[in-house]
Amino acid sequence: MPTDAARLRVHRFEVARAPGHADPRADRLLAEARALGYQLDTARSIRIYLIQAPIDKTAAATLGSALLADPVVNAHTQGVEPAQPKAVTVEVHPLPGVMDPTAHSVRDAAAELLSLDRDTIGVSTGWRYDLIGQDAPKAAEIATRLLANPVVNAIHTTPFVPTTLPVGHPAEFRLTHITIRNLDDDALTTLSRDAHLFLSLEEMRTIRDHYQALNREPTDIELETLAQTWSEHCVHKTLKSTIRYRREPGSPGTPIPGLDTPHDSPHTTPRPGHTFHDDGSVTIDSLLKRTVAAATFELIDEGIDWTLSVFKDNAGIIAFDDKTAVCVKVETHNHPSAIEPYGGAATGIGGCIRDIIGTGLAAKPIASTDVFCVAYPDTKDIPPGCLHPKRILSEVVAGVRDYGNRMGIPTLNGSVSFDNRYIGNPLVYCGCVGVMPIDLIDGDAQHGDLIVALGGRTGRDGIHGATFSSAELTDTHADEFSHAVQIGNAIEEKRVLDAILRARDASNGPLFSAITDCGAGGFSSAVGEMGAAIGADVNLDAAPLKYDGLTYTEIWISEAQERMVLAVAPDRLAELQQICDEEHVELAVLGSFGTPNAELILNYQSNEVGRISMHLLHEGIPQPTRQATWSTWDRLPGDANAAPERAPRASEGTPAHQDTSTPATCPPARAEGSTPNPTRALLTLLAHPNIASKHWIIRQYDHEVQGNTILRPLVGPGRKGPGDAAVIEPVPGTGRGLAIGCGLATAMGDPTTGGDPYLAAIAAIDECVRNLVCVGADPERIAILDNFCWPSCTKPQNLASLVRAAAGCYDGAKAYRTPFVSGKDSLNNQFTIPGQNGKPDTTIEIPPTLLITGIGIVNTLDNCITMDAKRAGNLLVLVGETTATMGGSHYAQLFDLPPAKAQSLTHDMPSFDPTTGAQTARAVAACIAEGLVASAHDCSEGGLAVALAEMLIGSSTNKTTLGAILADHPTTDHPTTDHPATIHPTAWLFAENPGRYVLEVPPAQLEQLRKTLAAHAKDIPVEQLGVLDTSGHLRSKSLGIDTTVADLTTAWRGTLDW
Amino acid sequence: MPMPKALVVRTAGTNCEVELLRAFALAGATPELVHVDAVLADPAVLDAADLIALPGGFSYGDDIASGRILAVKLRERVYPRLRAAAERGCPILGVCNGFQVLVQAGLLPGPGAGEAWPEVAPEPTLTLTDNASARFVDDWVGVEAVEGSPCIWTAPLVEMAQQHGADEVLILPVAHGEGRFVAKDQATLAALEADGQVALRSRTDINGSQGAVAGVCDTTGRIFGLMPHPERYLDWNRHPWWTRLPAGVKRGETPGLAMFKAAVEAVADVKA
Repeated sequence: MPTDAARLRVHRFEVARAPGHADPRADRLLAEARALGYQLDTARSIRIYLIQAPIDKTAAATLGSALLADPVVNAHTQGVEPAQPKAVTVEVHPLPGVMDPTAHSVRDAAAELLSLDRDTIGVSTGWRYDLIGQDAPKAAEIATRLLANPVVNAIHTTPFVPTTLPVGHPAEFRLTHITIRNLDDDALTTLSRDAHLFLSLEEMRTIRDHYQALNREPTDIELETLAQTWSEHCVHKTLKSTIRYRREPGSPGTPIPGLDTPHDSPHTTPRPGHTFHDDGSVTIDSLLKRTVAAATFELIDEGIDWTLSVFKDNAGIIAFDDKTAVCVKVETHNHPSAIEPYGGAATGIGGCIRDIIGTGLAAKPIASTDVFCVAYPDTKDIPPGCLHPKRILSEVVAGVRDYGNRMGIPTLNGSVSFDNRYIGNPLVYCGCVGVMPIDLIDGDAQHGDLIVALGGRTGRDGIHGATFSSAELTDTHADEFSHAVQIGNAIEEKRVLDAILRARDASNGPLFSAITDCGAGGFSSAVGEMGAAIGADVNLDAAPLKYDGLTYTEIWISEAQERMVLAVAPDRLAELQQICDEEHVELAVLGSFGTPNAELILNYQSNEVGRISMHLLHEGIPQPTRQATWSTWDRLPGDANAAPERAPRASEGTPAHQDTSTPATCPPARAEGSTPNPTRALLTLLAHPNIASKHWIIRQYDHEVQGNTILRPLVGPGRKGPGDAAVIEPVPGTGRGLAIGCGLATAMGDPTTGGDPYLAAIAAIDECVRNLVCVGADPERIAILDNFCWPSCTKPQNLASLVRAAAGCYDGAKAYRTPFVSGKDSLNNQFTIPGQNGKPDTTIEIPPTLLITGIGIVNTLDNCITMDAKRAGNLLVLVGETTATMGGSHYAQLFDLPPAKAQSLTHDMPSFDPTTGAQTARAVAACIAEGLVASAHDCSEGGLAVALAEMLIGSSTNKTTLGAILADHPTTDHPTTDHPATIHPTAWLFAENPGRYVLEVPPAQLEQLRKTLAAHAKDIPVEQLGVLDTSGHLRSKSLGIDTTVADLTTAWRGTLDW
Repeated sequence: MPMPKALVVRTAGTNCEVELLRAFALAGATPELVHVDAVLADPAVLDAADLIALPGGFSYGDDIASGRILAVKLRERVYPRLRAAAERGCPILGVCNGFQVLVQAGLLPGPGAGEAWPEVAPEPTLTLTDNASARFVDDWVGVEAVEGSPCIWTAPLVEMAQQHGADEVLILPVAHGEGRFVAKDQATLAALEADGQVALRSRTDINGSQGAVAGVCDTTGRIFGLMPHPERYLDWNRHPWWTRLPAGVKRGETPGLAMFKAAVEAVADVKA
């Protein structure tokens, strides 16, 4: 803000609900406060605008009545309206420098309404709440728990009437060198930590040696640039490194051919880049390249010709049809979301959308996805420095909602997983899909191109985001790294998107030769990447700033949101400027690409402040060999914060397995020695947060915007069935679709309960493929993405679990012929609680969590099907093998296994062959393409019983619902496997074997269905489960199930009905 | 006869313009997209339009309140031209955010039957404010097109309601955080009802609107604002359970497309 405005008075406007009008915001606060146990009688919400401007009383009155208040429902005051007797006032305002999008809009609108220069106006906004029923300290406590986050907000207990709005002060230029050449190892380590560089000793040594050779010290900006570029977040050094892996006897999982055992058998081919040693260990020369990427390149060699750009751009690109390409990217924004969930999630989705905009020569975002992993929402014991998981989940949902909806991009697919090890380190995955002309998938900055920054201004927000995301969280991070938090402004990004698409589609060709987004590392990463081959010469003073006071280094590494960097030929600049002016997007020329020695040259106020060779930046990072040891795992102690098998108690004193008609709130505590009857078990499983309906989240997202949504997240006539995947028509009118789905099998990969990340990776790919196939996608046209969220991989055990997951990715992608086209990893997901009274620190590692996201082509939309049961008389059929292995199942997490008697029933993980899974997927897809299937649903969390229940719930409306009778003794025509006549009924109903589908088939089509299945997958078990009827009941005498679909629906929808 | 020209006015944060353009094109109009700044700079573009539409989205972020800033721009700068368009019978549509803009810009509910448009923009008597849930909601809702309303946009829905399976297809997508309809007082609402200006109602309560009002027209029936999004329902496979709808129900135009066709035809009739 300019100094003129600083001398002007601040006008305070209050806009409240007029008497007699509802105040939904206050009502929600009342409900949420009461849920936390605060007895509040009434609440009133009042919007506050603080406007500092050269205006008189009349102009101020105009602002209030014409701009700020609604004449129908609002009452407004200038100044402070006294609170009612007995009411206490609490106010929430953004801290100085925190993004306040409404303030920006008010400033622009006020300037226009009053014909003022916008630079003479300063605006800040806040909320006032008048509460009756609690004293002032309690009111502040309510604000802290529900309304404000001290990282970004100030709480006032009296009306906030500042005399002036804060302004920045110009920073004095001082070129700073960092002494590094004479540092020893200890000093290098200290420097890395204290300066928040988060570089390893090895990397610090490399930098020291480099500057010794140059015979000078680095400047601060050079060191920061190296730290940003070499951060785990930006360069993925662990996944790219050489790893020496070995497996110890007795460790979980079955030996993996070619990894745990040499490839001496004729049945196994050597894994690429894997070298065996005499001691049985194996060296992998670059993990990502030799697993995830190798699968893709081998598949391309084997004939897959529809991938267009893999692993090199901001997103992976595949062909959609002859004219159009689609691209896809999934990012994580975990650590920012731990500290400020709303801003962290919003900027997570905002950043992923920018990745899509910055792919090739710009794609148009057409769909978003989100997956969250958090602790159970009713957790009581919250470690210091952590926010409550219910609040985290509520706010990350709100963040994705407010950003995605404003951007006009439908949020169409996602999931939520609960595990208390996410307590201090929640996971927030944000994905985005884009569409672009097929001839605009490549772009490279050319010598002489201008470096053009578009969009938001640069501020101090988000300084050190790249390095912070690569570090581990501790309880002091909220204080130490509050400046790493970013708040988004979706409308700024929407304007940037509008401008860029116009510039891309200019009549004489795109107005830019390359584009990328400013994400982690800010300009340093964006310019550094675009100029990697040819160098770049940058004038940092050209960057528009939000406020004075930034140093040149802060400008360079700021992660302020909503910025894109373009390479623009000088003769196209005027045209681009014109578009940006029309779209109200700020454009700044920061310098030019191409320097004589391919260097990065940084200037500020006509001083050279940095000069780094692009070679050092992009190729100089040392790659030590990292040790990975797959060994035995301690079962985690049975405390609620650690053990996944011991989910926390939902409501104190509620017996977990009482046989009443109302299911216990979930997750119920495990009670030793208790095994519910199957009906009870089913109702309890449906209410488990992992399985329960996510409508509370889904309904807050716009799935319809752009008008091209064909299948939504919730399907069926009651719009409540959990669809397997979403389908859109990227180019309306073509009749060709794109399915978007995901898979996550964390429990099967949890080594603390006997899981194996190798199995989990294959199971996640399988689940993703099944979800896509179940809506009508072509299994020959599925591209997938990997997102690894792992605990610290400096620990050999964790690195070994990463190696196994990567091997699973390779084997899975090869078997399913689903190329990985992009991916991202986040490898320091754990939270450390300092020990009290001399006790050691406790570190909570998240379970290894691999999200597989998939996009699949739907050749003709007419072939789409949904999971809601369709018609009485149709048959239900299970395709795929069920075994008596309950490992990784929700049933085994919640209950003791019943006595097995003659039939075996084990806690083992199911074994699963991806080759069989891939054949099954093709077999089912063929049946769907032939029109034999009325509905299809993947059989996953909760097992068969849950899948059937969901299909019936999906069929129901307020008026009607289908029911089903399951066969008393399901028969099998498959003699080679455990068939249900002999398998334990608990496994039959609740085991979670991968590779299974439930299909609804008209009786007349059953024979053809069996034929088509057998033609693609000869040995796949096909079981006839039962028949749909109009009863509204799910029943099976021999299996012990008897309940109404209404009760199933209540159980399933009740848990997360917030 | 030339195809009627449908002018779609967008601004920063508008995000439903592409499907709205498609709706007018499929309905037989020639759609044209224009930024509101261009309208403010040269208001004569409004005079050349046969239909005018304000799309959904979050104009200017919906900061302050939904549609507020765009509405203030229009009422302060081009109200006379919009009034002129209304006076010459140009259909004006506001969808969702566009509806929120029309009520705040003084274009809805418009003057009483037979009365003239006021010289200056009237103070709003209707508003669309935050949902009773205080939360954004996305869903499809059953709608009732009110019989006897002069609304040219909803007329085809009144006819469809007589047909077989109408309950299943007379639904429209909604997606809004501020869609709760509130009239200044009971008399205002009663007058709207009496004149058939409440053209569209929700069959289930999704936002706490007074009288379940989902759409309002002026007394000529040509200016119409609604919270649901008919432009998202131009093809049968946009219906939320189209995979199970009987083929017989999916004949002809979707209700969404029918609304646009009716308005475009009403213009074409005048032009012919």
